[in-house]
Amino acid sequence: MPPTYDIAVIGAGVIGCAIARRLTLDGARVIVLEKAPDILDGASKANSAILHTGFDAPEGSLEWRCVQEGYREYEAIRSQMNLPLDRCGALVLAWNEEQEARLPALIDQARANGVDDVAALSRAETLALEPNLAPSLRTAFRVPRESLIDPWSAPHAYLLQALLNGAELWRDCAVTGGAFDGQLWRLETARGVVGARYVINAAGLYGDRIDALLLGETAFSIRPRKGQFVVYDKAAARLARHILLPVPTDKTKGIVVCRTIWGNLLVGPTAEDQEDRSTADLDTPTLEMLKRKGAEILPALAGEEVTTIYAGLRPACEFKDYQIKAHEGRNMVTVGAIRSTGLSSSLGTAAHVARLVSGLGFAASPLSDPELPRMAMLAEAERRDWQCPGNGGMLCHCERVTLREAEAALTGPLAPNSFAGFKRRTRATMGRCQGFYCGQAVQDLLNRGTGA
Amino acid sequence: MTPLPDTFDVLIVGAGPAGLSAAAELKSRGVASVHVVEREAEAGGIPRHCLHSPYGMREWGRVMFGPAYARRLLAEARAAGARIHTATTVTALLPGGGVELSTAEGLRRINARAVLLAMGARETPRAARLIGGTKPGGVMNTATLQEFAAFSHHRPFRRPVVLGSELVSFSALLTCRSLGVRPVAMIEPGARISARAPMAALPPILRVPLWRDTRLLAIHGQSQVESVTVETGGNTRRIACDGVIVTGGFRPENALLRAAGLAVDPGSLGPVIDQYGRLSDPAYFAAGNLLRGIETAGWCGREGRRVARAIAQALAGQLPDPALSRPLACETDAVAFALPQRLSPGGPAPAFDRLQLRLRRPYRGDIALNGARFHIASRPERRILRKLPDA
Ligand SMILES: Cc1cc2nc3c(=O)[nH]c(=O)nc-3n(C[C@H](O)[C@H](O)[C@H](O)COP(=O)(O)OP(=O)(O)OC[C@H]3O[C@@H](n4cnc5c(N)ncnc54)[C@H](O)[C@@H]3O)c2cc1C
Ligand SMILES: Cc1cc2nc3c(=O)[nH]c(=O)nc-3n(C[C@H](O)[C@H](O)[C@H](O)COP(=O)(O)OP(=O)(O)OC[C@H]3O[C@@H](n4cnc5c(N)ncnc54)[C@H](O)[C@@H]3O)c2cc1C
Repeated sequence: MPPTYDIAVIGAGVIGCAIARRLTLDGARVIVLEKAPDILDGASKANSAILHTGFDAPEGSLEWRCVQEGYREYEAIRSQMNLPLDRCGALVLAWNEEQEARLPALIDQARANGVDDVAALSRAETLALEPNLAPSLRTAFRVPRESLIDPWSAPHAYLLQALLNGAELWRDCAVTGGAFDGQLWRLETARGVVGARYVINAAGLYGDRIDALLLGETAFSIRPRKGQFVVYDKAAARLARHILLPVPTDKTKGIVVCRTIWGNLLVGPTAEDQEDRSTADLDTPTLEMLKRKGAEILPALAGEEVTTIYAGLRPACEFKDYQIKAHEGRNMVTVGAIRSTGLSSSLGTAAHVARLVSGLGFAASPLSDPELPRMAMLAEAERRDWQCPGNGGMLCHCERVTLREAEAALTGPLAPNSFAGFKRRTRATMGRCQGFYCGQAVQDLLNRGTGA
Repeated sequence: MTPLPDTFDVLIVGAGPAGLSAAAELKSRGVASVHVVEREAEAGGIPRHCLHSPYGMREWGRVMFGPAYARRLLAEARAAGARIHTATTVTALLPGGGVELSTAEGLRRINARAVLLAMGARETPRAARLIGGTKPGGVMNTATLQEFAAFSHHRPFRRPVVLGSELVSFSALLTCRSLGVRPVAMIEPGARISARAPMAALPPILRVPLWRDTRLLAIHGQSQVESVTVETGGNTRRIACDGVIVTGGFRPENALLRAAGLAVDPGSLGPVIDQYGRLSDPAYFAAGNLLRGIETAGWCGREGRRVARAIAQALAGQLPDPALSRPLACETDAVAFALPQRLSPGGPAPAFDRLQLRLRRPYRGDIALNGARFHIASRPERRILRKLPDA
């Protein structure tokens, strides 16, 4: 008999992490199966880190509902788990007549989506809020509740809460096949057979492949859409207070300029369709284009230092909306094509999935007093460990990561299995020097930590 | 160790050659309390992990290796009576010489009558060069490679490529050899190497091919580098390798200056100083590679001593009113920077008795600075020295 669980979640991206948390809190015995050496290695490793309100989502869409529910739950749970939220608000900017003409419809859509605090702004009002904007700006509107979060501490917190309350995580554990006998799924994985009463496909960029593998068919095909970014050093963060959005097109929200929760400023993402599901290549001409674009919006950006560059892949498909479906008689839920709002919607998506799993017949009693993880606070605006006694001294100078933070990240059920995973948990080596000063010290610490 | 007091005479930020040399000089000039803070666990700055020579030629007329050189500077500063505080990071510079620092015990604030900034310079990493591809492990600057060689048993790669051909790029080749690592190639985008021509003899001796006119377009690999794409004369090809050493492109460690709103020269990326090394807030002084990337350790140490003399003069009220300082007027855009950037009229002999110039592009012709005309025929990577114009 293989080890058997109530629920097997395939994929530990932000969606799988949130689902594992929800179902564990609902009383299920959950196992999370992740192909990569560490979690958050797919679409969730690189995004714009904006907590969206859903103001521009297609009206009545599933995406819109999940984003709204996800936003509310993030607000409700974040202080217990020490997760940051920078309520900076967004400005949707019109740079020409044509874009200006589209603003009223976008404002109407936002109101129809329940985001009723949006407000139209004149040119003068906009420039008063954001004096560094290029003077060619015309008008704008403001979405006060668009916010910035930490794209990694949130999903880590979700999965960690699941693990602290009895869930299991198997990494380096690709699902390679499976069969349902009417009662139980037997999933074949890189680490042996796993039994589960219900299976959740949260495989992100491989969602269609997992459906094909387990159900023999798929209702959508993933078409990865790459987004490249340029991140500027912290000195540039003074140039923008709001998230600066363009008027969106059908295909993409467009290139954003915004601060990060860590006090940098980013420009991106692009929207480039590609076949490859695993590699998001950066290319110099595009990065140069992003720098030009950034300087068109904020002219003072031209003189600022670039800290890092990165790219992510959106799990887009031929449909606009999320592809979430409960498969009656197969005890499986597909959570596919969570394209460009998964960070914002994950908690709401998880709640929706939990309802679907109940609909398939799963029942359990919710945990009465679940354990709560407290995450390291890495947000620039909050009190950080380097400001507190007993921090052990500084490991990474640019991001001011302390030894105590590093050691905390290396212990517990969600300790990283890779350098990249350690970086996501602590930000060590992710600042302006990119490891010039601390790269070797960090590597040695990890080698000791993992016994390598 | 005596703890750092709340108020004292001179705080030095950074215990590299510039800061340690300045500390010794200040003590020898009778300044009562001189404290050096260093964020690393050991004082000494970059030379701590330069397992190569030459160091010490300018100071002691002998060739030394970096670590011995750093130890000697430290011993001299201590012997002179300066206090060194390691594992202490300056996190903010406040107007008038107040400084915020972080240690294992948390945050503190201290006040000094004068503060010398000697935070050094670092190399430009891969990201800021916008090199394409993925972001695997095994991509690092020369200093990090040196730290592996000096402090670690870990060999980060076996067959890297070396990007760049500055002086430091050749020291990267030597560091590789000491680690038992043989680079696949040394890659230089230009037609000639950046360092002086004779250095081109080194790669063949070490059996490392030197590819000029070659650009590094992309780095490939998942957890570790697997290959790179390079382009020569319009032809691209993939080269198998397991690391990339990104060398040179030095830039001052200026983040604290920017955060404090102290004037920064967009050409040098270091602070704007007058001929005494004073910043736009005259409680602050600067020396060493923070002023510009990059000079040798001996050069930086001498700058530290000279600015130390100016600090002693400032404490004695002997420096001219900084409000009267004027920028140096330069009429051509071929000059990337000219240091010092401002001149304060009517004071004692300057700490910077010569103007340090760098070019933005190769240039041959006359340059007018504050009315004085200089002839220049040089290239961006060369240091140019001229007599300091009159204030
Ligand atoms: C450029 C860009 C910008 C974005 N900006 C934002 C934003 O600002 N705000 C926002 O809310 N959202 C944003 N998003 C969207 C968000 O990042 C995604 O919606 C989200 O990450 C999708 O998560 P996921 O869990 O569905 O997929 P993934 O993160 O891809 O997770 C799927 C996991 O499944 C694993 N897996 C795959 N196959 C198998 C298998 N056979 N066996 C086991 N495991 C497997 C993968 O390794 C992976 O870890 C952005 C996305 C991109 C790319
Ligand atoms: C790879 C490499 C090889 C080199 N090889 C040679 C050589 O062979 N010969 C030679 O003469 N020169 C060489 N140099 C140059 C020489 O090392 C430098 O010129 C010299 O170290 C500069 O001295 P400095 O004091 O200005 O800066 P650094 O030596 O860089 O010292 C600055 C110090 O300030 C500290 N610091 C920075 N910020 C803070 C803060 N906020 N709070 C507290 N402390 C801080 C740093 O930790 C550092 O210790 C080399 C440099 C490199 C990078």
